[in-house]
Amino acid sequence: MNLQQHNISENNFEQCIKCTVCTVYCPVAAVNPDYPGPKQAGPDGERLRLKKGDFYDEALKYCINCKRCEVACPSNVKIGDIIQSARIKYSKKKPKVRDFILANTDLVGTLATPFAPIVNTTLGLKPVKAVLDSVFKIDHRRQFPKYSFGTFESWYKKQADSQKSFPKQVSYFHGCYVNYNNPQLGKDLIKVFNAMGIGVQLLKKEKCCGVALISNGFIDQAKKQAKVNVASIRESVLEKNIPVVATSSSCTFTIRDEYPHLLDIDTKDVRDQVELATRYIYRLLSSSDMKLRFKDEKIKVAYHTPCHMEKLGWSYYSIELLKLIPNIELTVLDSQCCGIAGTYGFKKENYRTSQDIGDGLFKQIESTDYDYVVTDCETCKWQIEMSTSKKCEHPISIIAKAIL
Amino acid sequence: MKFDTVIIGGGLSGLVCGIRLLQQGQRCVIVSSGQSALHFSSGSFDLLNALPNGENVINPLSSINDLVEQAPKHPYSKIGKDNFEKLSSEAEQFFREIDVELTGTARKNHYRITPMGILKPTWLTMDGFATAESKDNLPWNKVSIFNITGFLDFYPQFIADEFLKTGTESDIHLFNLEALDQLRRNPSEMRSTNIARILDKNIEEVSRILNEKSGDSEAVIFPACIGLEASSLDKLRKLVKKPVVLIPTMPPSIAGIHTQQYLHDYFVKAGGVYMLGDSIRNADMQENHISKVYSFNHGDIPFTADNFVLATGSYFSQGLIATSDEIYEPVFNLDVSYSTDRKEWYNPKMFEQQGYHHYGVKTDDSFRGMYKEKVIQNLFVAGAILEGFDPIKEGSGAGVSILTSLSIARTILSNKERG
Repeated sequence: MNLQQHNISENNFEQCIKCTVCTVYCPVAAVNPDYPGPKQAGPDGERLRLKKGDFYDEALKYCINCKRCEVACPSNVKIGDIIQSARIKYSKKKPKVRDFILANTDLVGTLATPFAPIVNTTLGLKPVKAVLDSVFKIDHRRQFPKYSFGTFESWYKKQADSQKSFPKQVSYFHGCYVNYNNPQLGKDLIKVFNAMGIGVQLLKKEKCCGVALISNGFIDQAKKQAKVNVASIRESVLEKNIPVVATSSSCTFTIRDEYPHLLDIDTKDVRDQVELATRYIYRLLSSSDMKLRFKDEKIKVAYHTPCHMEKLGWSYYSIELLKLIPNIELTVLDSQCCGIAGTYGFKKENYRTSQDIGDGLFKQIESTDYDYVVTDCETCKWQIEMSTSKKCEHPISIIAKAIL
Repeated sequence: MKFDTVIIGGGLSGLVCGIRLLQQGQRCVIVSSGQSALHFSSGSFDLLNALPNGENVINPLSSINDLVEQAPKHPYSKIGKDNFEKLSSEAEQFFREIDVELTGTARKNHYRITPMGILKPTWLTMDGFATAESKDNLPWNKVSIFNITGFLDFYPQFIADEFLKTGTESDIHLFNLEALDQLRRNPSEMRSTNIARILDKNIEEVSRILNEKSGDSEAVIFPACIGLEASSLDKLRKLVKKPVVLIPTMPPSIAGIHTQQYLHDYFVKAGGVYMLGDSIRNADMQENHISKVYSFNHGDIPFTADNFVLATGSYFSQGLIATSDEIYEPVFNLDVSYSTDRKEWYNPKMFEQQGYHHYGVKTDDSFRGMYKEKVIQNLFVAGAILEGFDPIKEGSGAGVSILTSLSIARTILSNKERG
């Protein structure tokens, strides 16, 4: 009889041997003494919380959910999941209006895009920033990503028929950022897939993946949206036999792993069919005769590994794809957090922590004259563009520019 | 993903093997399931401090004959006595060439000082640490031992007591910096790494305290909770008017973290691919030959290679897993030697020799792993996961990790040459 199985938690917290390696690699604990660090906030605190919920410490809100603690843990403890689950279960702090605005990327995007030129100008005005800062506690040193005049989805409607003519198809989970802020990345993705003879469809219904809702405490809403997404993904993968690709590392990570771990929504039947576009392309190119044809232009770039990419372990694919460009000079930056962590760095109380976390990365970026910093995460892109002199692009956009 | 060699495990053993193979032009990937046991390093690498029969070793090179006789399955016995000498000098040269500063030689053990002040024999010691040439004679008549108020992983009084036995007098000074107060809000986080982050930013103030309080002492003894940023220890040594020597603290080990990161960065800059936070899940094996391995993160996309190295460590790193009735190797389910009588696994007297320390993966004399009693042609096993040695009692843990890795790298490269 194996009694041990009854003593094993889903997050492996009983495997923690208190070695402190997680705290060594926590980007927040390194700069913000108000955060007790992942060992204390995670498995140590969990032992107490299991006894009594009153032991919950509101300082857990400082966790940026980067999962670098989990990547470092030698004992396979899901430290990040323990911390996030505890926030969901025990936190008594109600989210603020500010958190609602930051977390509801879908709603705010839908309202903003029809009036993009006005909204963009307004959000850039000093008095507006002052109000956002003093009333809503959104730091005045932050710049909102520009809204696009018209969404990616509305642009795509005109392409839907021509995309159907390709013999092979993928479904594209574009995410809020491509839809409301950067439709060009979606267009680039279509260009690259079409160059390989693959048509791009959208999902029947796509909602924001919910990463910002989870981190801001809107769990019920996150669950609702997750269910819509998973239903659409199931329709594509299981009924139509069409795999799903995405360009955002955080959306991809959220759907694959945060849905089951934090929202209790099972994705087992489709998880393997939801992946980043760069991984899909890498697999295709390395297992077939397919080749992309490139121009000869020179380009010098630095690749930044987003935290959720580090957790997925997939930066290899983006880096290998970039290396296919004949005249590319590519540097892979030391993998370290940029500090923005989605909406975290926009909040006034986190601004200093956010910039202190990113400091090492910014110095690496400024040390050499790169044409672009390349990364798979949109919020890393904002942070890098706000905090350094360099422009930041997605690997798919770099590939799209480089192919014939 | 196509490589010449896939190394599973990214600690001391995997990194040494990986760097050696890269130096000879191989394409290598390291897949590591988390950070390694180097984070608990004493600051020294041991080669051989005692024979399996308990006899102390002064010169590891001249004691190797006795070891081979006493423990034929010992990794060093598989290496053989001639190669043992060659590989230990190759190891010393290896670290010199990649600019890891170490002192010591395999011809004669020197002594390191533990956090409790005990002198223990060792092979190579990292830059900055206190060492002695003999067990009963320290290089100073009088020293000043410093500690940070409230730091519980370092024991100045024990150290002073032990030092006095060899005739060295000590005075003890506790000091505080205002910047450290922020750590005190969380007493359980008053640990070496957190302290180092603050001391590294306040080197001038620390050096002022050391200069002021160390009086007529010949040296300053300082806990090794400084130097997470490589340059800060040098800066401190420049600013303090007498030698500053470190004594290791309880883990996490700053020097070990530093070494891990240095070797990692060296490996990556030399062209290696290092994947952290992933584990190998299964392998394609035909006729005792592995063609591909699959990981959790990479799913259906395999790693293909000519050779595979398993350096996943011992129980701590989950290279070996002990349940209530068996000990197994979780990646390939390789043959593991252990007693079927569970009573032999451990000795209730904790400080005595423990059976489980000797258990590990069975290999042939070239360190190729065995599966169902047959050798797997292209799977090599390195480091702490191996059978037949006791890293604690013999003081041979780091030596086995480094020497078996170099030995395996040699075999892989010479097999390649022979085609």
